[in-house]
Amino acid sequence: MFGRSRDRPDGGLTRMTMTKGEPAASPPGRRSHVPADGTPGAAAVEQARKDMLHEVRPRKRTRIGADALMEALMRQGTDVLFSYPGGVILPIYDILADYPEVRHILVRHEQGGGHAADGYARASGRVGVCMGTSGPGATNLVTAIGTALLDSVPMVAITGNVPTALIGKDAFQEIDITGITLPMTKHNYLVRSADDIPRVVAEAFHLARSGRPGPVHIDITKDALQQETRAEHPSLDDVIAGLPGFRPTIEGHPKQLKIAAREIAQARRPLILAGHGILIAEAWDELRAFAEKTQIPVAWTLLGIGAIDEEHPLAYGYMGMHGWKHVNRAIQSADLLIAIGMRFDDRVTGNVRTYAPYARIIHADIDPAEIGKNVAVEVPIVGDAKHVLAGLTRLVPQVEPAFRAEYLEELAAWRRESEGASWHGSGAWRGGLLSADFVVERIGELTDHVATYVADVGQNQMWLARYTKFRRPHSHISSGGLGTMGFAVPAAMGAALGNPGAETWAVTGDGGFQMTSQELMTLAADRIPVKIALLDNKKLGMIRQWQEIVYAGNYHSSHLPGPDFVKLAEAYGIPAFKATTTEDVDRTIKAAQAVDGPALIWFEIAEEQNVFPMMPAGKGLSDLIETWGAPEE
Amino acid sequence: MSGDHTADGRHPNPAHTAPPPRALPGSGEARRHILVVLVLDKPGVLNRVASLMRARNFNIDSLAVSRTDRDHISRMTLTLHGDDVAVEQAAKQLYRLVDVLKVQDVTADQLVEHELAFVKVRATDANRAEVIKIVELYKGRIVDIAPESVVVEATGTEAEIDALVALLRGYGIKEMVRTGAIVILRGAGSIEEALKL
Repeated sequence: MFGRSRDRPDGGLTRMTMTKGEPAASPPGRRSHVPADGTPGAAAVEQARKDMLHEVRPRKRTRIGADALMEALMRQGTDVLFSYPGGVILPIYDILADYPEVRHILVRHEQGGGHAADGYARASGRVGVCMGTSGPGATNLVTAIGTALLDSVPMVAITGNVPTALIGKDAFQEIDITGITLPMTKHNYLVRSADDIPRVVAEAFHLARSGRPGPVHIDITKDALQQETRAEHPSLDDVIAGLPGFRPTIEGHPKQLKIAAREIAQARRPLILAGHGILIAEAWDELRAFAEKTQIPVAWTLLGIGAIDEEHPLAYGYMGMHGWKHVNRAIQSADLLIAIGMRFDDRVTGNVRTYAPYARIIHADIDPAEIGKNVAVEVPIVGDAKHVLAGLTRLVPQVEPAFRAEYLEELAAWRRESEGASWHGSGAWRGGLLSADFVVERIGELTDHVATYVADVGQNQMWLARYTKFRRPHSHISSGGLGTMGFAVPAAMGAALGNPGAETWAVTGDGGFQMTSQELMTLAADRIPVKIALLDNKKLGMIRQWQEIVYAGNYHSSHLPGPDFVKLAEAYGIPAFKATTTEDVDRTIKAAQAVDGPALIWFEIAEEQNVFPMMPAGKGLSDLIETWGAPEE
Repeated sequence: MSGDHTADGRHPNPAHTAPPPRALPGSGEARRHILVVLVLDKPGVLNRVASLMRARNFNIDSLAVSRTDRDHISRMTLTLHGDDVAVEQAAKQLYRLVDVLKVQDVTADQLVEHELAFVKVRATDANRAEVIKIVELYKGRIVDIAPESVVVEATGTEAEIDALVALLRGYGIKEMVRTGAIVILRGAGSIEEALKL
């Protein structure tokens, strides 16, 4: 499979006998990569793991840094590695076949591997792992690492680096990658000795997944990967003891919870702002219990989608720049905001000076630095969303629905008005052209609202957030903070592997799709069953919208010609369908669902449809633009 | 405010027809703050602290770094200007660094605060005595004399050294170097001993 290593003591000869017979884990195929517990497949994996770790390997060849790395990844539960080979990480590739339990996905670009690890993490709640070589391999991961940082996604990114003796000499494919990732990771490491690898990997996973999650980068020199090592893997206690500067606060302070409960009891127009922290902390049951006990409606941020079932009577809607008008109106008239696991991003608040002018604010977040960063708050609570919500629910008195009848009825009226005013639903836009909101609504409907939906960035992202209707936690994945175009397809690839039980849809515009479309080959080669809904308006739609509304129709560079996307997909061996009318929509969605493996639908949508409402930059939540030009928008 | 709640008269407290704008965090009056930062003595930790302050748009006035008497722990003394909320935000951001063990804003505490300065001043036979006199008044000392110059060593608070430098400027300062402030709490209290490791 891989070239023999000449510099290994045994000349690489004995290794070939190690994986004799049938590999324990099935080769990449149509099946899920994770055998269910209790099945023969799971037993085989377990047996292979034991054989590998305790019997076969130590006898056959020496244990090198790359082995320590793979063992450490397996100890952390890594079952998929998104990676691309290169010179200095060849020592890892040389032994990779000895670890069949870790499915290696050969991506077509490191950025794709990074986003895939991100999507894997968001869909599964586990740490995603990506890897690339030194120099360009490492810099290609940077966008994906930044995406994970801004959205608090647990990820471990591994890169190789040139041999220690060459560091600082401008060696071939050398770049100061730890200098580059330093401000965009939760922490990073440069490892120069194989003996450090077990500890560093264990620390990296602990940091990535604990407290406020985030990406951790490990840069390992080639010589460290090749050195023989006997270093043992540390226990979690040792890891924690070795990180005295990392002690996240999980429980909310009882005094702060009491103050918050008092505020909640006194509020007449309270509103819950649900953020990503609820999904990260798996606190959706606690959120629902809290909302139901207090009869407080729930609004959500882009990354808070899925924190509450959108069909729940207290689920009120998506907030912010392209959020629903009724939701922003409720924020602007609230007397108390209970913000859980969100960070008052500028896309959520607009102009802070005019944000929620009547509201006192309770802000709970696990990261103390988020509290008071963008908005001054009355009641700060540092803690994990699950514990804070459970604590608050215990302290607040039960509220009967009748107590809030007037308030909730007023909100309901605003909602009817706002949804009625939003042009939406008939499917055809000006001149009978296909409307994007209709497409994403049909995707939601035909997947029973429980698939994993991965957005790209721009109009497609906002349409998806507004109209798909999400009923399951972790069903919505979106690059919210960094706004990384090209995210959808590779992230969906990871999401499909992270949660193989759910149908996975990538919803992307034609701009973002063309940024990472090389991963179509990965989908095809590894038969990863992602359904791609390509919303093609032949435009950079959100750019065009801003140019129309903010830049007086100066449409420079927002027209974006693309190829024949059906031919493109078919060239990769991916079945593709084209939809240009409302009648085509359901038929093509069902056709894509029927494909066993990846499929693409090319939706040719109206070119000039805008996403409304829209809050212009610098304006406040009360200054939404609801129409522009023709009234049917 | 052009809010819809004012348009339809629906706000919880009719007395608040025109609510005051929400305060922006960090927009208060700026003053000098002193932060003591205890860090793990690991490669790159100074880079992490400096990079964070740059990325978060905080301007460091001075930074002094040294070992402590504890293994693997270094101490940074960092002075910066900002309003109380902004500096608190800086401290909280510093806490996000895994190698940072403790951040304490000691601005309001009882402190001993000193920095060290070397100032090379033009001085000839005609005015050397005058320069020495000034230096002595400021409890500084002359550590080097050459025909055309003297090197003044001075310790004191930032303000004291500023005052000395202002006086010496009249004679011509050839070059100057200052360490930046280091501080220690007065009394028995210890930032290091409060560390829970």
